[in-house]
Amino acid sequence: MNARILPLYATIVIFLIAYLICYIQFPAMLSTRVVGNLLTDNAYLGIVAVGMTVVILSGGIDLSVGSVIAFSGVFVAVMLRDTDLHPLIVFALLLGITTGFGAAMGALIHGLAMPAFIVTLAGMFLARGAAYMLTIDSVPIDHAFYDVLDAYYRMPGGGRLTLIGVVMLVTVFAGMIIAHRTRFGTSVFALGGGEHTARLMGVSVGLTTVKIYAFSGFMAGLSGIVFSVYTGSGYPLATVGTELTAIATVVIGGTILTGGSGYVFGTLIGVLTMGLIQTYIVFDGSLSSWWTKIVIGLLLLLFILLQKGLLTLGQRQRSSPT
Amino acid sequence: MLLTVRDLTKTFPGTLALDNVRLDLAAGEVHALLGENGAGKSTLIKCLTGVHARDSGHIELDGQPISPTSTHDAQELGIGTVYQEVNLLPNLTVAENLTFGRQPTRLGLVSGRRMRADAEEMLAGYGLDQVNVSRELGSYSVAVQQIVAIARAVALSGKVLILDEPTASLDARETETLFKVVRDLRERGLGIIFISHFLDQVFSLSDRLTVLRNGRHIVTEKTPETNRVELIHHMLGHELVAAEHRHAARKGGANLLSFKGVGRRGKIEPFDLDVRAGEVIGLAGLLGSGRTETADVLFGRTPADQGEATDDAGKLNLSTPRTAIAEGFGYAPEDRKTDGIVADLSVRENIALAFQARRGWANPIPQAEQKRLAEDYIRKLDIRTSSAEKAVGDLSGGNQQKVVLARWLAMNPRFLILDEPTRGIDVGAHAEILKLIGELTDQGMSILLISSEFDELIAASDRIIVVRDRHHVSQLVGEEIDTDRIINAIAARDDAERAMS
Repeated sequence: MNARILPLYATIVIFLIAYLICYIQFPAMLSTRVVGNLLTDNAYLGIVAVGMTVVILSGGIDLSVGSVIAFSGVFVAVMLRDTDLHPLIVFALLLGITTGFGAAMGALIHGLAMPAFIVTLAGMFLARGAAYMLTIDSVPIDHAFYDVLDAYYRMPGGGRLTLIGVVMLVTVFAGMIIAHRTRFGTSVFALGGGEHTARLMGVSVGLTTVKIYAFSGFMAGLSGIVFSVYTGSGYPLATVGTELTAIATVVIGGTILTGGSGYVFGTLIGVLTMGLIQTYIVFDGSLSSWWTKIVIGLLLLLFILLQKGLLTLGQRQRSSPT
Repeated sequence: MLLTVRDLTKTFPGTLALDNVRLDLAAGEVHALLGENGAGKSTLIKCLTGVHARDSGHIELDGQPISPTSTHDAQELGIGTVYQEVNLLPNLTVAENLTFGRQPTRLGLVSGRRMRADAEEMLAGYGLDQVNVSRELGSYSVAVQQIVAIARAVALSGKVLILDEPTASLDARETETLFKVVRDLRERGLGIIFISHFLDQVFSLSDRLTVLRNGRHIVTEKTPETNRVELIHHMLGHELVAAEHRHAARKGGANLLSFKGVGRRGKIEPFDLDVRAGEVIGLAGLLGSGRTETADVLFGRTPADQGEATDDAGKLNLSTPRTAIAEGFGYAPEDRKTDGIVADLSVRENIALAFQARRGWANPIPQAEQKRLAEDYIRKLDIRTSSAEKAVGDLSGGNQQKVVLARWLAMNPRFLILDEPTRGIDVGAHAEILKLIGELTDQGMSILLISSEFDELIAASDRIIVVRDRHHVSQLVGEEIDTDRIINAIAARDDAERAMS
């Protein structure tokens, strides 16, 4: 059996067990309302985590995404307040900006041979600062088009399958195709396996790096739009630390933090696991929300140990003759 | 001729790496390329594969002049390379590795089914039927990975295949499998350049061979028409008159250390070694024969997995370099730049390093004492540096080596291992280091000297141990030490010739 798919199975099993525990305690958890809300509440996280998955698969990291989401929300809100542009045009502008921002970070990472950590850390401060420059207040979005975006489909059982939830699922699907079924995706895995070797095998390292961070920037922008729909406003202090939550969901989703191995689908499960824990806390009512963080911390630890174990297993496999 | 190289010259700052080298490779031929470290093999290969640009000379492939500018470029032209370290991606599947860059796509998406079919086709004829191309490459043994790398190189290039020490990490059975693949490829008309320092393999596989030494072409011969002794003469170069022996073997020294059955699986077969106080033991052998491996085992860098080391006080703990240092060992490794000096630290800091390590971090050596120590050795060893605070990386090779020596001398070790102490340093410094070895042993220190320069070994050693194929095969003492005997011992194929020892 393929050892690298094990973390994905582990993620799915943990999610199912967690859901089972929740269900036993609160049978209402297994309703379309809860499932619908799970998708809606975590739509922005799921979208940005898809971008993060690709970055981490390549062996990189993108710390700027949380700030970029906040910037996106503020940008959209301010543009809609101060101009007569149609939201779709504003979205297109925004996605152009965030994609270009990501591409620029990618170019710096490759061109200066700087660690992604530092470059995207700078990007994190820049984007947050840019959001403050636009406004320091929470700007409500009041536009007829946003009522359209709030559309949902009422599922049997009364649950709402919202547009933004669907956008998230479509994004995950697109991410799966891009990461696992395109040449670009193979190059991403190749970079994660070893930059030097990837170059020897003919990967255009610079171009691929730029594309990877541009992709992450695009996803962060899209996530920002979804977040603005979700909250109906733009606020420069929003989504602080979301980049770290995204990294956590990627790792819980079975992607190895050093790159080169993982599945976009696992990230979706990671996001849903995280959402599930929050939902459980809401249902329970007596637990404080910091329990989410403790459980996430424990899950992360578990997955790091699992990865280490698989790594050792793989080495043992290799040293024995095949 | 498939590939013709003429008058190829390449210089790096300060060294002439290739000096008018020539090479001919015919289609359907395995051509071995031989030479010790620094002979120019890798530089030649790198010029062929576009890693380095040549200074002058011609390379022709199929009669067309070529100047590859990158490995990718060389590949397109038809020259593929497989390195000792497999240069494929262990985290991708075998199929992805084989088809990388040319994955079959449909509507922009990679078609897994066709990719696997392509990969299976590429692997056909390599005897890897049991390999599942959908599994990660990393889950297979190095030998399988190596053959997959060859399959990829052949499929991509298809004219010239360069194998750069492909067998270094394979066992005997795997090597045989690999050779079968290489012979099949020869039948298919590829020109194959085979680099190896295992002479057995060269004789069993190659049709012709070329020897390089110090960046020059020495000889090209048909393999069956030469023999080991000749070959080693060519590789090591002994036009030199029998070097004068330093002094008659001194028997006076008391037994200092003794190693019984010390060895490490896959590195060096178990050996016995007795070290007397104040003697220089030379270790002779070809590259990869087990010289450095012996030193690494003695110093605990790759600790022995069998045998034991004792002195008159009892058993020695040589499980890590740290404990070896505590037992009074010192080791100046072969690769000075990466293993010896800390280039960015000053001369003073480099000299104080080992001494500080022994004292422990809680007990720092006062600046003044470090300074005194540094000044002392700079004077004693005549280290040419403008000041003790200069970064070691800025010194010349010979002076760097002296700094490494000074570091160990500051520890006053009883047993010092010197691996190629004179490599890459100028003649003057060379002589000084040899003189220093003499002085140190006069003071009672014992030294294990590893060198590929026989004249140096002969001049400095009281006795010489010859290693071959990871065995200590023979020992020459005193009057027995001369170049011919060493070369014969290295070349000997059977133990009958050990009679001379």
